[in-house]
Amino acid sequence: MQLDNLYQEVILDHYKNPQNKHLEADNDAQVHHVNPSCGDEVTLGVKLDGEKVLSINWEGVGCSISQASTSIMSDLLVGKSLEEANAISEDFLHLMHSKGSEEGNAEVLEDAVALAGVSKYPARIKCALLGWMAFKDASVQAHSKEEK
Amino acid sequence: MTFDALAIRKDFPIFDRTIRDGKRLVYLDSGATSQKPQVVIDAELDFYRLHNAAVHRGAHQLAEEATDIYEGAREIVAQFIGASVDEVVFTKSATESLNLIAYAMGNAAAGNRFHLSAGDGIVVTEMEHHANLIPWQQLAARTGTTLSWFDVTPEGRLDLSAIDSIITEKTKVVALTHQSNVLGTINPLDAIVARAHQVGAVVVLDACQSVPHMKLDVTELGVDFLVFSGHKAVGPTGIGVMWGRSELLAELPPFLTGGSMIETVTMTDATWAPAPRKFEAGVPNMAQAAGLGAALTYLDRIGMDAIHAHELSLTKYLLEKFTTVDGLTVVGPTSTESRGGSISFTFGDIHPHDLGQFLDSQGIAVRTGHHCAWPLNRKMGVPATTRASLYLYNTQDDCDALVAGILDAQKYFGR
Repeated sequence: MQLDNLYQEVILDHYKNPQNKHLEADNDAQVHHVNPSCGDEVTLGVKLDGEKVLSINWEGVGCSISQASTSIMSDLLVGKSLEEANAISEDFLHLMHSKGSEEGNAEVLEDAVALAGVSKYPARIKCALLGWMAFKDASVQAHSKEEK
Repeated sequence: MTFDALAIRKDFPIFDRTIRDGKRLVYLDSGATSQKPQVVIDAELDFYRLHNAAVHRGAHQLAEEATDIYEGAREIVAQFIGASVDEVVFTKSATESLNLIAYAMGNAAAGNRFHLSAGDGIVVTEMEHHANLIPWQQLAARTGTTLSWFDVTPEGRLDLSAIDSIITEKTKVVALTHQSNVLGTINPLDAIVARAHQVGAVVVLDACQSVPHMKLDVTELGVDFLVFSGHKAVGPTGIGVMWGRSELLAELPPFLTGGSMIETVTMTDATWAPAPRKFEAGVPNMAQAAGLGAALTYLDRIGMDAIHAHELSLTKYLLEKFTTVDGLTVVGPTSTESRGGSISFTFGDIHPHDLGQFLDSQGIAVRTGHHCAWPLNRKMGVPATTRASLYLYNTQDDCDALVAGILDAQKYFGR
């Protein structure tokens, strides 16, 4: 059934066993993002070591798409340089806006390609992007703090 | 005559289409917007096809016909809610109606009965739709007045135990919903209206979820202002109603100013036309008013009491069915006493968005999220719910399909 494209096994796995879902006390920056149309919320913290993403940790409530996407993102981007993390995020954003016409590059996006099906459901794209946007916001804040 | 929802469905062309690869449309989202019968679509179309002209101006036949249709729609609305025709103001939506009242009050100068100043009070309830909360928050902020509210009990009813300390001598406005768009609760008005009037406050009723579903009469309700939207009452979008008692509309200052709403204009000053035109600046949504007239005529022909009884019997049926589903919790009253057909619920650990998505794959349209009532969701301790809302064209088959869909969703996400 078409719905299976949306709810792939890997998404339900991340939803049931979310990665990095805890908040650390000593984050370099922490942000709170909401999806006002549905009430999904995420609080996300970032620690940097120079240009490198040392830790992404988060708490939140929301649907399987928003929770799994945040979990996948937190696994995928940790350990990357900020430049790499931003490039991957851009790739993911592009995939989300592809209206189902792309499958996503698994070498870059790894588990996040499982979210490709979301792009066919316009109302759910915001769910999938919630954690990624929070990371972008938090990493910019953490980086500008470092530079000061 | 028995109520025949299947015959009624035939009046609504949308039920001829299918959803998600050939599935029957099970539309359970009328609380967000209702579907439209052909007579409403025709009325809007005919206005553009045959009668289009700007109302209240133009010395030609089309302008006369357009004005007759527009003012005729006003008469239909007035009759539908038991009001005088000059008390019915057309707006673009119920949201605009509420903002109109709030902004107009904010425009009232000292000496006007609607004038607000620091120390005055505005009262709302915890179960308001954002449209009947934020305009009052903003008005309170602009005027330095205090916003207070009635709490909601865990059962989803208004807690009126502290009514005398919530509505005080300082209170100028009490704004509340007639029927909660989330809980389905129908609020008792008598005590609130009596207390408000005792202290000289006006009562503003958000009737978006009641006017489409039950027979009501503004005089019997005893409120001072009442608003509703056309599109939830099988009418078009882009048309709402603001009703106010005539002596209040005479004193309330205008909100939007411009053409059509004036009596005289000089380069430095203007005076206002009497209500309702004082509140209808600009060329109004004429085709939509025509559509609303057709919608209310259609509902009236079926009979509001019959529609209400039908919805009540479906609500009872669905609530009973829900008690058989393990893990399903209704958020709101679980009996049909003082309750309408908006039924919100949570279901185990399946998030409403995921449940809604699964139901959609089965052709079932429900609403998920906080339903524009975020504070109420917080109070009830649920970040989001799934809502099924019933209307005249729904059937027991629709309810059965929903319950079957919920059980299938459990299997699907439990895999």
